[in-house]
Amino acid sequence: MKVLVPVKRVIDYNVKVRVKPDQTGVDLANVKMSMNPFDEISVEEAVRLKEKGKATEVIAVSIGPAQASETLRTALAMGADRGILVKTDGEVEPLAVAKILKAICDAEQPTLVITGKQAIDDDSNQTGQMLAALLGWPQGTFAHKLELGDASAQIEREIDGGLQTVEVKLPAVMTVDLRLNEPRYASLPNIMKAKKKPIDEKSPSDYGVDVTPRLKTLKVTEPEKRKAGVKVKTVAELLDKLKNEAGVI
Amino acid sequence: MASLVIAEHDNKTLKDSTAKVVTAAGQVGGPVHILVAGQGCDAVAQAASKLAGVEKVLVADDALYAKMVAETMETLILSLADKYDALLAPATTNGKNYMPRVAAKLDVPQVSEILSVVSADTFVRPIYAGNALATVQAPAGKKVITVRTTTFKPAGEGGSAAIEKVSAAADPGLSKFVGEELSKSERPELTSAKIIISGGRGMQSGENFHMLDAIADKLHAAVGASRAAVDAGFVPNDYQVGQTGKVVAPDLYIAVGISGAIQHLAGMKDSKVIAAINKDEEAPIFQVADYGLVADLFKAIPEMNEELTKLGY
Repeated sequence: MKVLVPVKRVIDYNVKVRVKPDQTGVDLANVKMSMNPFDEISVEEAVRLKEKGKATEVIAVSIGPAQASETLRTALAMGADRGILVKTDGEVEPLAVAKILKAICDAEQPTLVITGKQAIDDDSNQTGQMLAALLGWPQGTFAHKLELGDASAQIEREIDGGLQTVEVKLPAVMTVDLRLNEPRYASLPNIMKAKKKPIDEKSPSDYGVDVTPRLKTLKVTEPEKRKAGVKVKTVAELLDKLKNEAGVI
Repeated sequence: MASLVIAEHDNKTLKDSTAKVVTAAGQVGGPVHILVAGQGCDAVAQAASKLAGVEKVLVADDALYAKMVAETMETLILSLADKYDALLAPATTNGKNYMPRVAAKLDVPQVSEILSVVSADTFVRPIYAGNALATVQAPAGKKVITVRTTTFKPAGEGGSAAIEKVSAAADPGLSKFVGEELSKSERPELTSAKIIISGGRGMQSGENFHMLDAIADKLHAAVGASRAAVDAGFVPNDYQVGQTGKVVAPDLYIAVGISGAIQHLAGMKDSKVIAAINKDEEAPIFQVADYGLVADLFKAIPEMNEELTKLGY
């Protein structure tokens, strides 16, 4: 069985985001970019399925600028077999991403698509669910644990208040949460090997998808900053302030 | 045309988040209807009908909806969508699960986790874990929206909406609920608690979290944790407050032994009052705390427990 893993190039999670003074977005110039952390977990899970002999091929897909090929190389160095780069300029909304991925799924016929539950840039948390709906497939979102059978999979999900297990028929889409696994670091020999793995270059029009954004971003602003308050000296003083000044206990 | 709010509930009680989405829906405009999808959920429908500003409550009572599995929720919501301009759900793990499926099938973009309604088609939503706020305008056509419930006031009571049964939609037969393991607690849930006391890596062990339990019991507070404490295995993941956990905005947030990593602040910085106890006076948590106490938590927490007893808590 094939596993398809969509990966997104995003601002590195350690970078402090700055809003542009003209309020058109956040400043991405000369900022470190990396693979979306949730997608690293997806790649890891897919590669583990291959190592266990359950998956035969792991295909990484990225939709983004030319530099997204670096993100694909990271996935290949972690153990994916080949890549597909769908080159775009500018932002692509989750629905358009899902449409492109649907077309790729129609062509590649994977049994499982594993993707991050959300990207840490737009925080939409939509793509996996939208892809599943467009394909008419079931989904296991916010996955904590995967048990893959022949015709179905049991997916343990992180939900408000605890964990939930669902059984989904295959093929299916799984979106991953943080505790599914701990992604590996690519070794130097594997990074070298990844350079020889194939990456297919495509464009959205190859899949007949219009990627023009449909939500219009009117402005991007900084949230109001919280100011530091006062230091108190004792527990008694803290409780007194909470009770008599703030009135919250 | 009207707005449809999809209720969050556990078949017994209507969650507070629903009342908050009703407020958001009222701001989007038009009459507000609520869909209660569940099994044996009469009490929930009754509660929904009492919310102020709600005109009608639709009830789909069927085994298919007992656990709000995404694939069955999709077909149910789509079967009702024609009559509505806007579909809104709370940004809970349920809402996040089924709503994008609905948007994709309607071929409209979803607006995720709105913080405020600017006008019927324009909304403010957080991006980059709340480090930036985007004001976005949705295109003409149906709006599909999830609502971050911490920023909307719950709709009050006093309504008397009509309750109408709707039939179950076709079962796509793609998935089924197998089981769940819910954390059992007598305390309020993190996302609706008025007071939260959270522990971080400084707690050093899961055992030590019981010190916070004692305070929580006195203050009727929920207990939370930072990602560091969860990753260290002190407490289960559903305790986690932060960018990758729950976003909360209680009246009082007490951070104990939490340094204040960006990812944690993203989940609690909208709390009304923040108190922090940390032995490192340089800890970033003090930059956002209204009241900071530089102290060893292993002395301060037992002392707080005693002081609260003295104060009659």
